Amino acid sequence: MASAKQVAQSAHRKDVLNRWLLSTPALLIILFAAVGPLFIVLLYSFMVKGDYGDVKFGQFSLDGWFNVFMQRDIFDDTLTINDAHLAIFWRSMKLSLTTTILTAIFGFPTAYFIATRSERNRDIWLFLVTIPFWTNLLIRTFAMQEVIRNEGVINSVLKWLGVIDQPIQMMYTDWGILFGMVYVYLPLMVLPLYASMEKLDFRLVEAGYDLYANSFQVLWRIIIPIVKPGIIAGSILVFIPSLGAYVTPRVLGGGKNMMLGNLIDLQFGQGRNWPLGSAISISLMAIVMLALLFYVRNATSSGARHG
Amino acid sequence: MAKRFDIRRQWGFTTIAMICFFLLYLPIITLVVFAFNSGQSLAVWEGVSFRWFVAAWNNSQVQEAAIRSLVIALFASTVATFSATMAALATTRTAPYRGLTFKYAFINQPLMVPEIVTAVALLIIFARIKVWTGYSGLGYLILAHTAFCIPFAYLPIRARLESMDLTMERAAADLYATPWNAFRRITLPLLWPGILAGFMLAFVISLDDVVITEFVKSGGQDTLPTYMLGQLRRIITPEMNAISTVFLVISVLIVTLFFLVSRKRA
Amino acid sequence: MKAKLTAAFAGLAIIASVGAAHADGELNVFNWGNYTSPEMIKKFEEQYKVKVTVTDYDSNDAALAKVRAGGHGFDIVVPSANFMPIWISEGLLLESRPDQMENFKNVDERWVNVEWDMGRHYSVPWQWGLMGMIVDTSLYKGDINTSSIFLNPPAELVGKINVAPEMNDVMYSAIRNVGGQWCTTDKEVLKKVRDTLVEAKPKWIAMDYGVIEKFASRDFGAAFYWNGAAIRSRLANNDVKFGYPKEGFAYFMDSAAIIKDAKNVDNAKLFLNFIMDPQNAGMISGFAKYANGIKGSEAFMPDDMKGAPELAVPKDLEAAGEFLKPCGPEVNELYTKIWTDVLK
Repeated sequence: MASAKQVAQSAHRKDVLNRWLLSTPALLIILFAAVGPLFIVLLYSFMVKGDYGDVKFGQFSLDGWFNVFMQRDIFDDTLTINDAHLAIFWRSMKLSLTTTILTAIFGFPTAYFIATRSERNRDIWLFLVTIPFWTNLLIRTFAMQEVIRNEGVINSVLKWLGVIDQPIQMMYTDWGILFGMVYVYLPLMVLPLYASMEKLDFRLVEAGYDLYANSFQVLWRIIIPIVKPGIIAGSILVFIPSLGAYVTPRVLGGGKNMMLGNLIDLQFGQGRNWPLGSAISISLMAIVMLALLFYVRNATSSGARHG
Repeated sequence: MAKRFDIRRQWGFTTIAMICFFLLYLPIITLVVFAFNSGQSLAVWEGVSFRWFVAAWNNSQVQEAAIRSLVIALFASTVATFSATMAALATTRTAPYRGLTFKYAFINQPLMVPEIVTAVALLIIFARIKVWTGYSGLGYLILAHTAFCIPFAYLPIRARLESMDLTMERAAADLYATPWNAFRRITLPLLWPGILAGFMLAFVISLDDVVITEFVKSGGQDTLPTYMLGQLRRIITPEMNAISTVFLVISVLIVTLFFLVSRKRA
Repeated sequence: MKAKLTAAFAGLAIIASVGAAHADGELNVFNWGNYTSPEMIKKFEEQYKVKVTVTDYDSNDAALAKVRAGGHGFDIVVPSANFMPIWISEGLLLESRPDQMENFKNVDERWVNVEWDMGRHYSVPWQWGLMGMIVDTSLYKGDINTSSIFLNPPAELVGKINVAPEMNDVMYSAIRNVGGQWCTTDKEVLKKVRDTLVEAKPKWIAMDYGVIEKFASRDFGAAFYWNGAAIRSRLANNDVKFGYPKEGFAYFMDSAAIIKDAKNVDNAKLFLNFIMDPQNAGMISGFAKYANGIKGSEAFMPDDMKGAPELAVPKDLEAAGEFLKPCGPEVNELYTKIWTDVLK
């Protein structure tokens, strides 16, 4: 007769085994088509760059990595920190952070609105929010152009209403880019938020009101903590992909200022420096992974509490 | 009590939500309107005409690309949602066990890497495989899309799962339900909104993908975005608008159909 | 997954059958986006009973990477002149000898012995053009035949200039503008180039593709861009004129060639011969509105292209035009650094 502890242990082991089995399909697919190929990239970052793109396979060099952080000034040969790369990185970082915050600010009420519709209508609203995103990114961005251009919809309407005389320049400005980015990434924030909110037990909210909380306190102290997983998921889904975004900033910002995505793209394109492109990408990935791991610690511990 | 206090109401939320919806649809409406533009421009309105729809109708290259996009997106998002649901179940609502953090990072890896990098890496690997096996069909694209769709499906499902506690499932177990039954009758229905959200996100992400598709595709495998990317450097006519409008209408019809069917079953 | 693959095959088969009814052969063309006349393709399909698929790329580097990696399935590719030597030296092209084909006699003499494909053993001219200044003359009345318009913008055009994000063309223009030669490594010259570009950039409004729209809506006042787009911009806004920078301007020429491991070599050869026919060349030009290298094709071009000033280099500026040759990896690295510096 097995002891209770042994039974518990073998049940636990079986549980863990089951969990591994369940995750196998996802892990395998990603191994073949995402992580595995990354090892190639890592390998490439240590190679000598080819004369016309690609790499000289088998010839190793640390040049790729060196050039990520340092540069040799082309005119006076001094060794300095690569401030061009830093400036570009910082610009992308700022844009992504702002985009994440703004999508959260706008996405939260929207997700909340959808989650508080009647059961029947909720799915409809959800689909309404995603339908615009079934046109594709390029077309959407071009359509966004039509809205913010000097003779676009917004300016035309404002002029017609007599609110302004001269068109407000939104196109080719940082505000224009931000507008476009929020537009593009909104569903990535709304959907996870909604998934989390939909299960919100409003009895808790009611309890809050019974205890004389005002609606703001209810929001801050009850609702937000419960939907925290949704907020985290949404933030991840917006922040990280937006770091590598380049279509939207290019189309709406005019492409005068490089984003991280453009920089990497350049290395695999006209710049013909695949090792450098690979090294920059791995660096970016490392930074992001650290942030992600931090969130996981956060999220997993609260997940265990629910169990 | 005289007036029913709606505990769900939050100050300003409905207004913001309405503004969001309005702004979401503004570019789309502009897009659709200009699809009927009789002039060549995407900006200058010259009157109503169906010429661009006719042009799109005659443009078999675009139609094939659009269908291809849909096919890939459907396959990829379905497989991705399945895998992601299983993975989410495996990694949530549990005390940390060995390898959990690793799994989490692994599953979300496609999100973390700039697309161009994955694209180039996939190009290199798939090209070798294509030469070995001689197979160069849509399989590679579907595989690649599935991979990057998984994290997009995973995160909403996980978020949903985390907001669900285990009491219901425990109650089911107490009532002698098998794990499978408990899953089917309790977890799944509760999880459904998350799964739906995940599926739709994955679908949209797949439809939109440009960079990875561009590098992985073989001859004659243009998707709608890669086709349009090619047009980017030349001229864009309202034909693009017409195509997008048609695409949009078809997608909406499919979804509405899906809704009506699932309503009936419910 | 296997079921999915089978289904994918089925889906693909359905898609394939949506196209031409019955074909005896196939041809896979890999070309720039929006650069292949559907009319011309249809004519080829009907004449030779071949099903043609056209796949797009948006940059020479992407095309090169794709084909170099292998397993691509393309037969015809259309690289630009400055990349052709790379394609040839890496052994990626078939030496198909277009110069021995029936229609070769139609090729304009000046495009036969070009530096990047002497005697045309590999490729056939597709289209050529150049980058110059497109200017809305209602805003600026001065001389437009100069690259100083975007490198040292006049007051009327500040904040209204678009510059195509093409590293090689912009670098070339800037180098020639300060008096240097292409592929120079002279530090003095390059410093001036970098400083000129860095100073000029804040006065530009954008570095974007797709200018025709913007000239029509008068969002742009000037652009450093291709002449084919200039024609279309003028048709949309007749204040628009095209200027040939007298300090030096760069031609581009794209030529069609057969890839070494093409599966449909015979059909590809038929295609190369086909596009050397003046009527078909005229169709190609009529689509993207660039000149081609085939004699007698003007007669078959659409009316709005006949006699267009954007297609005819003025006699006194002819000497200022040249083709960009590939400069070699060290120089490319240098130029990329400067470009990154300018764009950061």
